[in-house]
Amino acid sequence: MIVYYGYADGSGEYYIVVDSEKCNGCGECIKNCPQNALEITIMMVDLEEQQVTSVKEEHRKKIKYTCAPCKPEQKTPPCVMSCKPKAITCIWKRV
Amino acid sequence: MSGKGVEYWRWSEYRLTVPNVKLEKAKVITAGIDVGSVSSKAVVMVNGEIYAVAVMRTGSSSPDSAKKVLDWALEGTGLKPSDINYIVGTGYGRVNVPMANSTLTEIACHARGANYIWGPTVRTILDVGGQDIKAIKCDEKGRVLSFLMNDKCAAGTGRGMEVLADLLKIPIEEMGAASLKVDEEPDPVSCTCVAFARTEAISLLRRGWSKEKVLASYMRAMAIRMCHLLERVGCEKDLVITGGQSKNIGIVSRVEEITGLKTLPPPNWRENGRDPMAAGAIGAALFAKALYEKNQNKA
Repeated sequence: MIVYYGYADGSGEYYIVVDSEKCNGCGECIKNCPQNALEITIMMVDLEEQQVTSVKEEHRKKIKYTCAPCKPEQKTPPCVMSCKPKAITCIWKRV
Repeated sequence: MSGKGVEYWRWSEYRLTVPNVKLEKAKVITAGIDVGSVSSKAVVMVNGEIYAVAVMRTGSSSPDSAKKVLDWALEGTGLKPSDINYIVGTGYGRVNVPMANSTLTEIACHARGANYIWGPTVRTILDVGGQDIKAIKCDEKGRVLSFLMNDKCAAGTGRGMEVLADLLKIPIEEMGAASLKVDEEPDPVSCTCVAFARTEAISLLRRGWSKEKVLASYMRAMAIRMCHLLERVGCEKDLVITGGQSKNIGIVSRVEEITGLKTLPPPNWRENGRDPMAAGAIGAALFAKALYEKNQNKA
């Protein structure tokens, strides 16, 4: 399951995308996130509980600002870099 | 109460029992309760078939709304809440459904519910709720493949429609049809913000626009917003719309026009209970059955 955390508003699109099928719950991204914006959550996949990374609830509606220090529109942010199974992607587009 | 006592925003609450579902043959009775930001839905299933449905406004307290809507669904059926084997709570207020055996996100429930309502060909679900919009992709079994939820902004949601209904004094259930009564589709409004909806609508009316034209302009802007979300997850047929706005022909027809896809028409829900607005609760009741059976097998 691919989960889009973030939103589009008048200024552009801002999403951190997590593929729960690729995520192994190792927590590397959490250690590498300078903003401390990620956490492990339990998600139901086919009636089984699975540990996957997610963007913390309190950051989901302000992700444009939370993630701004990593400058995602210019370079690959540390969460994406640190993810060995390549479960995290980042969509950052300004209009 | 607003205006002179007419509540234009008020949509009809209802409850129904599906005929021909034999309660005597019940092996497993489950329920799904979807406490949304604006409406609460309860679906009671007998052996995985819809038996009773209730849809009502969410009050200020989630636990109360959950209890009320379930009680209403059970009204006249002879069933008591304690007769239900397993209850799943979902929606915004899911953490506050006190009688639920477990809770699930509304995303999973909507996909499962849409799969039940329309069948295995559903691939993309646009759920337009009271205060958020969700775009969900699912497979033939109703499993979520990807989803996107915009709850940062209430633009284009049911609540926005209620605000407009009140301002324009058009009953909410007639707004969709009214918005199609324009000779030419106007440009979308620039600002879809619910908080500013009144301000913008008033200024358009003052410019001499008809109510219908204002509505058309609004619904176009809302439909464009929804289609942006669909584009992001990738819009594939069959496309369906769930949530309260699935009953708004003004939105449905514009989404169809922009995406170039026909949405599957809602089934005869007044008879079989497969109401697109209750898709989340339907999915929750199905998950309740699956979870109950899983627990039985374990025991």
